[in-house]
Amino acid sequence: MSVPEELQYTRSHEWVRTEGDTATIGITEYAQEELGDIVFVELPEEGATFDAGDSLGTLESVKAVSDIYTPVGGEVVEVNSGLDDSPEKINEDPYGEGWIAKLSVSDEGDLLSASDYEQLLEEEES
Amino acid sequence: MAGGELLRTPLYEEHRSLGARLVDFAGWEMPVQYEGIKAEHQAVRNHAGLFDVSHMGEAFFRGPGAEEAVQRLITRDVSRLDEGQAGYSAVCYEDGGTVDDVIVYRRPDDFLVVVNASNREKDLEHFRANSEDLDVEISDETVDWGLLALQGPEAEALLQELTETDLSALNPFRFAEGEVAGAQTIISRTGYTGEDGFELYLPSDDAPRVWRELLEVGATPAGLGARDTLRLEAGMCLYGNELDPETTPLEAGIGFAVHLDKEQEFIGQDALKKEKEEGLRKKLVGFEVDGRGIARHDYPIKVEEDTVGKVTSGTLSPTLNKAIGLALVSPGVEDRFEVVIRERPVEAHTVELPFYKREKR
Repeated sequence: MSVPEELQYTRSHEWVRTEGDTATIGITEYAQEELGDIVFVELPEEGATFDAGDSLGTLESVKAVSDIYTPVGGEVVEVNSGLDDSPEKINEDPYGEGWIAKLSVSDEGDLLSASDYEQLLEEEES
Repeated sequence: MAGGELLRTPLYEEHRSLGARLVDFAGWEMPVQYEGIKAEHQAVRNHAGLFDVSHMGEAFFRGPGAEEAVQRLITRDVSRLDEGQAGYSAVCYEDGGTVDDVIVYRRPDDFLVVVNASNREKDLEHFRANSEDLDVEISDETVDWGLLALQGPEAEALLQELTETDLSALNPFRFAEGEVAGAQTIISRTGYTGEDGFELYLPSDDAPRVWRELLEVGATPAGLGARDTLRLEAGMCLYGNELDPETTPLEAGIGFAVHLDKEQEFIGQDALKKEKEEGLRKKLVGFEVDGRGIARHDYPIKVEEDTVGKVTSGTLSPTLNKAIGLALVSPGVEDRFEVVIRERPVEAHTVELPFYKREKR
């Protein structure tokens, strides 16, 4: 299970890449595997603001609907609109082309390091 | 099922070794997917998929009163079934609401009624309570039987490699007893996917070996996730979604399985006749979502400001790549309405069922 060292994570299986005061968010390899084939993504509007932990969109697999909780608070500055036509990118490349949104961060939220997240995964697996 | 251990089919270890994702389904620990629902769905549409459906319930009706009991309990007229023929049917309450949907097999010496796993205990109680006056023994043999469904255009060719029974002579909804990979099997040309295929009833002990042999000759293991998207594309009902005690088989669009003119009375017959005369209280329709979003079970259906029904099943169709669904709506609803997806009304239009129909050989 891939857990890139340079990212930070949440207990609800999202990841964050912070560059300056911009954060790119997505869901983890583990999350996409649990969901299965993702067939639909509902993205937030650019300019919308969210608190850390809010649902900013939804992912739908063939079977189920699940919320995307933003790990950080702030304003959405860009969304990955390519997911509208190719939601499977989240399955194929969750840390790369499957990114979901970029936020201008006003609240850093409560994040886990890669090693803490790996430990969480071990606990969930057992 | 109130708590307790989950039941396991004879193929549990096979699923584990294939890396299946296992879920609680009606009290059974069942594979929802192996590689992925979409890939398994396509394997069934284009090649052959193999499902473990051993959780389905097998109820045998034996004794001199067996036919009378079956006739009373189900909506189809089984006097019109030949030996070796199976029929899809509903089981109703007196008020016409649906107890279950079943397949009934007319065998030389008894009847086999195959019921949904989620309804097995309720069904058996209903069957026994309503046949106490008859000389019939109703025996629940679910745990003695493995049930494999081999489905897809290549199903016949693959299965023929493992049996001497001439499958080309077996028409849809016919069954034969024969050996499959050495196991005594009821080979039934039935299924729940909209493809050609077979359901194989065989002793539990033989099931793992026959399962492995079918995979070896080229079948793809497929889980309950794909089974659901396949049946939905084929416009088939799922009990608990399209059918329930508040919905009659006429409303759910399975009137073809209800013989209202059956000579021997069946439970619910009067109520269903009356509903047919007076008009349906609601109707099942198929629809496609025009806007963005996927309709799901229980989402409301609206026309202008009025709620006129609800979605019973919905998914993104892997074959059509469109959001499709079934809904129970008021009889007056015409060809356009809105599905409320997370508080957002999204345009949809009705389409003829089924969504997908295979090309005949």
